[in-house]
Amino acid sequence: MVDFGGWDMPVNYGSQIDEHYQVRNDCGMFDVSHMRVVDIKGNGARSFLRFLLANNVDKLTLPGKALYSCMLLENGGVIDDLIVYFMNEGWFRIVVNAGTADKDIAWMKQQATQHAPQLNIADHPELAMIAVQGPNARAKVWDALPGSQELTKRLVPFSAVEMGAMFIARTGYTGEDGFEVMIPAKAAPYFWATLAGKGVRPIGLGARDTLRLEAGMNLYGQDMDETINPLEAGLTWTVDLKSERDFIGKAALLANPPTRKLVGLVLLDRGVLRGHQQVHTAQGMGEITSGSFSPTLNQSIALARVPKEVQIGDQVQVSIRDKMLAAKVVKYPFARNGRGLI
Amino acid sequence: MSNPANLPNNLKYTASHEWVKTEADGTISIGITQHAQELLGDMVFVESPMVGRKLKAKEECAVVESVKAAADIYAPVNGAVVAVNSELDSTPEAINADPYAAWMFKMKPDNAADVAALMDAKAYQAVVDSEAH
Repeated sequence: MVDFGGWDMPVNYGSQIDEHYQVRNDCGMFDVSHMRVVDIKGNGARSFLRFLLANNVDKLTLPGKALYSCMLLENGGVIDDLIVYFMNEGWFRIVVNAGTADKDIAWMKQQATQHAPQLNIADHPELAMIAVQGPNARAKVWDALPGSQELTKRLVPFSAVEMGAMFIARTGYTGEDGFEVMIPAKAAPYFWATLAGKGVRPIGLGARDTLRLEAGMNLYGQDMDETINPLEAGLTWTVDLKSERDFIGKAALLANPPTRKLVGLVLLDRGVLRGHQQVHTAQGMGEITSGSFSPTLNQSIALARVPKEVQIGDQVQVSIRDKMLAAKVVKYPFARNGRGLI
Repeated sequence: MSNPANLPNNLKYTASHEWVKTEADGTISIGITQHAQELLGDMVFVESPMVGRKLKAKEECAVVESVKAAADIYAPVNGAVVAVNSELDSTPEAINADPYAAWMFKMKPDNAADVAALMDAKAYQAVVDSEAH
């Protein structure tokens, strides 16, 4: 067990590598109740979020559709990354990280006071969240939740639907298909036990980290934080700088073109890449933001922030203890849908 | 977690969770304990010391890395490295499967009495118990 944003969470239930393969090859479930649900309700919710978030909620036109976005400070630093679901014009649902939830909500309320005081912003710590991920995940949820198949079988990836007091989203943090199910906390143990009864194995934080790293998904606090802007964190694709729309942080992003970028690394020598190791490139120094061993590729991989001139295919050196080890710059993700991509 | 019955009585132990076995030729084999491998989890990399290297007791001399973390291995006594288990290069998971069989390196101790003075199973068990709260 480790403390994670004030929550006691298991790093692994058994072998972390077995748990990783379980999700890539079949399915597993994660207790991610630490994630916080925040509902934005009222007239003008869309225009408020258009201003609050770096990605453009105008991309959300169909009810249930979700969008990944950063929420930025005026200086462009990332307050948090989040998923926003459009339910109707009077209701958007946001899911934020545990460790940042309280400051996120304070920021949202502060901004709403200035720009949209009519909105109601309320978090829902009473909602638990269970992610079921893997190629067989949807079928297992359908088996465990009578009525859910009818409701969700045509649900496209990155969208959600309500089912009674539950909220079922076809989203995740593993690079596999599956659902994230928000459910009242008092009903969560029964749902968890039902899934376990259908043979769904629990997966810890350790495998969650190697799965998301292989999938090339950022982890807040490691790959970006308030001192890093999204353009230097591999998240340019989530920032809408093309439209006329203004948003918090936009002016700073336009005024400060990125000098660094996030790339993938694959270690060519023996060893394990880890966060904070220094990366020596022909164009200057960089640093690993997330590193681990990739079970799917059977070698060590990392995300690293390096000078923007570094190119895919370049060879770089990583300082590990008293050695300099060779690594190759690659395009990530490293793995998705059960298969290695490198 | 760790059951006293799991600690072989023919081995010596260190507070940093190495086990030490005295071989028939007077050399010692060194590995990590069941408790250590449980804490670290799935092993993916072992870095052994160079054969011939002279080590002082408690000197960092090798590294094991699991998916989770890296951990230093310390020399249990003064002596020289006489062999390394290169099979662990390709099968680091052998440490998880059978930690007391997966020796990492062998030393020729400067003084056999130093080995005799290391902790026995009972004393090491007390160390493990004290870490568990």
